[in-house]
Amino acid sequence: MFKWFQHKEYPDFWKDYQAINKLPLPHSINETTFIVFDTETTGLQPKTDKILSIGAFKVKNKTIFTSEGLELYLQQEHFKRESAPIHGLRKSGNETRLTESDAIQKFLKFIENSVLVAHHVAFDMAMINAALERLNLPKLKNKCIDTAQLFERVIPLNRHPKNLGLDHLANFFGIALHDRHTANGDAYITALIFIKLYTNYIQHNSSRLSDFLKSRKRAGLL
Amino acid sequence: MSNTISQRIFDFLKDFPPFNLLGSEDLMTVATKCEVKYLELNELVFNYNDILHPYFYVVKDGAVGLYRNEQLVDHCDEGDIFGIRAILRNDVYRLKASAIEESIIYALPASEFLRIIQDNIDVHKYLATTFASNLAIEGNHPDLIEIKDFNIPNFQKVSYSAPVITCSAAHSVAEAAKLMTVHKVGSVIITNAQNHPLGIITDKDLRSKIATGFFKINEPVTTIMSKPVYTFSAHISALESQMTMLENDISHLCITADGTNKSEVLGIVTAHDLVVINSNNPAVLLKQIKRSNSIEEMAGIRLKLQLIIENYLNSNIPIDFISGMVSSINNNITKRLIELTITNMPEQPPTAFTWLALGSQGREEQLLFTDQDNALIFEDVPKVEYQRVKTYFLEMAQQVNKGLAIVGFEECPAKMMASNAQWCLSLSEWQAQFKNWITQPSEASVMMCTIFFDFKRIYGDEVLEQQLSESIQKSVNQFDIFLNYLGLNALQNPPPLSFFRKFIVEDSGAHHDQFDIKARAMMPLVDAARLLVLEKGVNDPKSTIKRFELLATLEPQNEVLYQSCKEAFKTLLTFRTLEGLKNNDSGRFVNLEFLSKSNRLELKQAFKPIKEIQNVIQIRFKLAQIM
Repeated sequence: MFKWFQHKEYPDFWKDYQAINKLPLPHSINETTFIVFDTETTGLQPKTDKILSIGAFKVKNKTIFTSEGLELYLQQEHFKRESAPIHGLRKSGNETRLTESDAIQKFLKFIENSVLVAHHVAFDMAMINAALERLNLPKLKNKCIDTAQLFERVIPLNRHPKNLGLDHLANFFGIALHDRHTANGDAYITALIFIKLYTNYIQHNSSRLSDFLKSRKRAGLL
Repeated sequence: MSNTISQRIFDFLKDFPPFNLLGSEDLMTVATKCEVKYLELNELVFNYNDILHPYFYVVKDGAVGLYRNEQLVDHCDEGDIFGIRAILRNDVYRLKASAIEESIIYALPASEFLRIIQDNIDVHKYLATTFASNLAIEGNHPDLIEIKDFNIPNFQKVSYSAPVITCSAAHSVAEAAKLMTVHKVGSVIITNAQNHPLGIITDKDLRSKIATGFFKINEPVTTIMSKPVYTFSAHISALESQMTMLENDISHLCITADGTNKSEVLGIVTAHDLVVINSNNPAVLLKQIKRSNSIEEMAGIRLKLQLIIENYLNSNIPIDFISGMVSSINNNITKRLIELTITNMPEQPPTAFTWLALGSQGREEQLLFTDQDNALIFEDVPKVEYQRVKTYFLEMAQQVNKGLAIVGFEECPAKMMASNAQWCLSLSEWQAQFKNWITQPSEASVMMCTIFFDFKRIYGDEVLEQQLSESIQKSVNQFDIFLNYLGLNALQNPPPLSFFRKFIVEDSGAHHDQFDIKARAMMPLVDAARLLVLEKGVNDPKSTIKRFELLATLEPQNEVLYQSCKEAFKTLLTFRTLEGLKNNDSGRFVNLEFLSKSNRLELKQAFKPIKEIQNVIQIRFKLAQIM
C-alpha cells in the first residue's frame, strides 16, 4: 500500500533532468538561458494529437545561438492527411525520424533548466506533457514564458495588431516570415520576437528574472 | 548541426563576398556555427581597445556604424562585414562599432573562418583589397583623392614587341645580321646565359660600324654592340619611351622583367611602335576628322575613339580629361558634318546661324554613343524671308542629323533635334520660348529647361549664342520663382540609398532589379549643379564637373561639399562609361548582382554627397514648404 507513495523508478535521463531543475536560476534576465521552441503537431488536441517535429534555439543576452539549436522529427503512427499541407511534413520524409521516447530524451537534455519560451506556450507545453505522460513520466519542470502574453504586457494596447498570432507579431516587428510552419523556422521567428519584447521590457522594468516570470494575470490576483 | 536556420544563413551569406568565394561545404560549416545577435539602437558591439571577440560580424538587417575617435568612418549595412580587420591583425579593436539602427547581425566564428580560408587565395585577395579600400574610405580626405590622381601615368602604356630576337656573346656580327634578316627585325639583343641583356645591335650599328669598314663582319658581336641597353619595366608609358629615345638619340628600348638589365628580357619597344600608338592619338584623330570628306570615314574614326576611351580609363586617366577629349572629337565630327552638308546644299546659308548641342553633349559628358540632342538658332530675318530661311535650315539640319546617326549617335526618340521645326528657330523665337518656359513653369517646361539650358555652340555665330544666354539670364533674374521650380525638379530623385542600406532598384519594367545610375545618381548631381550656377547668375560653364569647381570658388564656405560632389560625379561618370563599354550599351542600368564589393563601396561613397547637396537645395530654395 505504501507503494503508491513511493517514487516510481524513473529512467536516468529523467533523473538528470530533475536534478538540474533543482538548481537555482540566475537573478538577471541577461544572464538567463532561454530556450525558444515550437512544436509542429498533427492537430490542436494534446490528448489525441501527436508531435511531428520540435524546433528550439538557445537564446542568451539578446543572441540566438543557432549553432546550439535543436531540430527533431518524430516517427508517426497516425498520419492526419489534412495537416500535411500546412507544415509540409509527410509521414515519412527524408529527415531522420526519432521515436517519441528518443525525441523527448533529446529535448530534455537540451532544455535542462532553461526558461522555456514559445508562442502560446501553454499549448506546446501541453503537447510535450502529453508525450511525457505516455512515457509514464511527470510534467515539465521548467519555468516558461508566453510571447503572446509578453507582448500584451510590453506593448500598449492601442498599438496591438488585430490578433496576437505569430504572423501578426512578426509583421509588427518587421520580421521576415521565412520558413513559416517548420518547427525551426517558427522557433526562430519566435526567438526574434522574444528578444525584441524583452529588450523593450528591460527598458521600462527591473531586469530581475523573478519579476519577469510573474505573469500579469497572477500579479492581478495578489 | 545543420538546420533550417543554418540553411537560411547560408543562403544569405552566399550572395556576399567573400562568402561567395567559399565552397558550399565550407560555407555551411561557417553558417552552422553562426550566432544571431539583436542590437538595439546605439547598442555597442565592441568599443575601442576591447579585446578580440571570437567572432567577426555580418549585418543581416539594419545598419552598424564604425567610429574612430567618435567620428563615423563607415556605414555597414546588409551583407557588410565588420570586426574582421582586428581579427586578421590579431590585435585589440581600434574602432568602435555600434548600431545606427535597430539591427540583427550574424556573429561568425573567427577561428573557423580563418582555418577555412587558409588556402583560399581568392578570399585572401578579396580581404586584402577590401582592407585597402576601407582604409581609403576611412581617410576620405580630399588630399587622399589627389594623391591617387597624382600617381596616375600621364599617358597610355606602351605596347612592346615580343618575343625578342636574341643571340649570345659568342656569335659573330655576320651571324647576328643573318638572324636579323631572317626574322625581318631591325635589332638583336645580346644576352647572357640567364637571358639578361648585355648589349644591342641595330641596323644603325651595322651601317656605321660595319659598312664603313671600321670593323670586320667576322668579329664577335660584343665588339660593335651598344651597351648598356636602356631597360625599362613593362609599365613604361608611351610618353616616357618617346622622351628617352629623343634624349639619348636611340630607337630601341628593352623591356625586362624588373626594369633593370639584371633581369630577363621580355620585349622591345621601337620607334615604330610609338608611331603606331601615335596614330591612335586623339590629336591625330582630330586632324583626320578635320580633313575627312565622308561620313563613313568619320564613323570609322569615332569607333577608333572608343578604343582610346577604354584604354585611357584603364590607365586611370582622369575622367574630366577624357570627357573633354571625347567631346572635342564629337564636336568636330558635328562641325565637319555641317561643313560638308553646306557644300552639298544648292546655296550658302541665307543668314548667320548657330548649331547647338544639348543635354549631355552640351555638358561635355557624352562618352558613349547615346542619342543626339541638338538645336539651331538662325538670325532674325524679315517676315517675308522667314519661311524660306527656315526651310533651308530644316533641310540642312535633317542631313546633319542623319549623318550623326550614321556616325553612331542615334536620332533622339523625343525628336529633340535641329531638324524638328520646333527646335529650329530664329533668335527672337528662341528668346520667347525660353521666356515662356521660365515665366510659366510647369513640370513639362522645367523638364525642357533641364535639357535646353545645357546648350553649347558647336558651329556658327557666337553672337547669337551670347544674345540667347543673356536674355535667358534676364528672364531668370526677373522670375526667381523659376529657380524654386528647378529646385523641386532637382530633388525629384531621392538619394539612391535609403539610409545607406540597400540600393534602390527599379521595381518594374525591362530593367527590373537593376540600378538606374543615370536617373538615381548622376541626374541629381547634374540638376543640382545647373540650379546652383544659375542662381549665381551664370550659365557657363556647362559641364557638371566644371560647374562644381566654379561653385567651390564662388562659395568657399561650401567648398568641401562641392568638391565631394565633383569627385562623386567623376566616379559615377567613370563607372557608367566602363559599364557601357563592357556591355556595349549606354551603361545606364547597372546589374547589382555583378557589382564587386569594392565597386559597391565606391558607389555608396559617391552617393553620400547627393543627400547633402539636396539638403542644401531644399533649405536654400525653401522647398520644404512647397513640397
